[in-house]
Amino acid sequence: MKHFLTLLSHELRMLLVSPSTYIAATAFLFFMGFIFTGILESYTKAPQEASPAIVFFSTFFLPVFFMVPLLTMRCLAEERRLGTIETLLTTPVTTTEVVLGKYSAAYILYVTLWGATAGFFYILKSFSNDPRLLDSGPLIGGYVFIAVSGLLFVAIGVFASSLSRNQAVAGILAFVMLAALIIGGRWLGEAAFLSRDVLAPAKAAVDYAQVFSHYDDFTRGVIDTRHLLFYFSGTALALIFSIFSVEAKLIHS
Amino acid sequence: MPDPLPPAIEVDHLVKSYAGMTAVADLSFTVARGEIIGFLGPNGAGKSTTMRILTGYLPANSGTVRICGHSVATEPDAVKRLIGYMPENNPLPEDMRVSEYLYFRGRLKEIPRRKLGPRIDEVLELCDLKRVRHKIIGQLSKGYRQRVGIAEAILAEPPVIIMDEPTIGLDPHQILIVRDLIAGLRGRMTVIISSHILPEIEMTCDRVLIINRGRVVAQGTPAALRREVLGRTAYGLTVAGNIAGLPALLQAVEPSFKITTAGEPDATGFVQLALATERDDEFGEPLLQALIAQNYRVRALSRAHPTLEDVFLAATRRTWDATQPNLPKPPPSGPIP
Repeated sequence: MKHFLTLLSHELRMLLVSPSTYIAATAFLFFMGFIFTGILESYTKAPQEASPAIVFFSTFFLPVFFMVPLLTMRCLAEERRLGTIETLLTTPVTTTEVVLGKYSAAYILYVTLWGATAGFFYILKSFSNDPRLLDSGPLIGGYVFIAVSGLLFVAIGVFASSLSRNQAVAGILAFVMLAALIIGGRWLGEAAFLSRDVLAPAKAAVDYAQVFSHYDDFTRGVIDTRHLLFYFSGTALALIFSIFSVEAKLIHS
Repeated sequence: MPDPLPPAIEVDHLVKSYAGMTAVADLSFTVARGEIIGFLGPNGAGKSTTMRILTGYLPANSGTVRICGHSVATEPDAVKRLIGYMPENNPLPEDMRVSEYLYFRGRLKEIPRRKLGPRIDEVLELCDLKRVRHKIIGQLSKGYRQRVGIAEAILAEPPVIIMDEPTIGLDPHQILIVRDLIAGLRGRMTVIISSHILPEIEMTCDRVLIINRGRVVAQGTPAALRREVLGRTAYGLTVAGNIAGLPALLQAVEPSFKITTAGEPDATGFVQLALATERDDEFGEPLLQALIAQNYRVRALSRAHPTLEDVFLAATRRTWDATQPNLPKPPPSGPIP
């Protein structure tokens, strides 16, 4: 892990000098701001049950679907397309260090972008003077959920990027995998055929992997170690597969 | 305990095949320390594949490669610290500055921070890159990019430098700089370069290795290769007189003299002939004296100097196998990826 920090600082610097980062950040904040104003408008019309933070974070999957593929599709696919992975892997760095460096840089950017949305709540707080609008429980729970689930989502994006040398293919793959995890899990959880007794273990597994129910628990302030384990083990698995994928492409090239 | 100073590169019965196609078939060679070796072969001969295996980037199917006594397969980390590698087509990140790139690579190659700054200045100077050190690599011309790749390869002063076509796309002036650069490494570093520009190889390299279809077809110094591969000395002769009596005269001078090609006599009766002998010593003078004694009129007599190109063409065309005569026939070759 000697080179991890070198690689990470290199990746972060490359992100900071790249215009696409700023375009993505602007688009993300614009989109989230749009959602946030929409939520506030609905509060002005009628009293609502949930705090704005809960509603705001419940739309997490929308930015995840387009931001994560955009942030991660470049990382390994680009290296392979340009051939720079060859010069990179012939220095004393390991594939693990390369994948972890790229993953960490993408994750840091992802969390930073979400962190920037804290500004919305700060503005709301300084202008509304209504403590009911700003319930700290769901707010903290929401951000913890974003940080923890982001580990897995970004890892899936990195894995997709390791599968193809074409950025567009990597991006679409990441989108499909994330959609399968988030929407597909919910759909399977509601599917009738899984309710049969024979399939009870499968049903239990699907219920365990429900991203939306994890989200509900987090915003209620329940930080369940089972959920944490789900995201941590999923992240580890996706990263291990990414490392294997990079190495397998060398062996079978 | 290994030999105190094992050779820089030892390749032993190396085999590498891609999806049914054999790129490298039983390749064996050794490179001594401090030697500059040229790696020649037609396209698809397995040059790039061999170089990639030497760096540990690709695994081999069988055989062993040792860099300074360290096996590439079992000690990849040690080997990666011993080599500087510039791949084919010289891939570089587009959006970094030259000095930033060298700094990043230097850190990856574990050069201490303290030494890295002066060392970067040094290689920028060596590769004549000072003027572009703050430019973005993506905006550089091909010649500059190529030199950035070379600068990167020699940055950590590794004992072994592997460069895949370093002079491709350079203008003659830049080729001269690169040649001097490589010549400057002689004795300190072992350099293995592949190239299509044969005069380049001939001028820079101590030894040449010609491979075809994944096997060594000839190796040695350029002079030795000429003798070995072409196997004879050629003369060109423009003469007028009794052409029919010429073979007998040649036999008298040296029994192995033969006329290889004979042209048609021109308007003034002169005929252009190509002669060959298996002997290596000089026959110009006795031949000339014999011709004049027989009242031949001689317009020109010259000893041909076969270039490395002739050697290369002869060696690869015949897939001549003097270095490894007891090998099975090479597999049918196809386009190698």
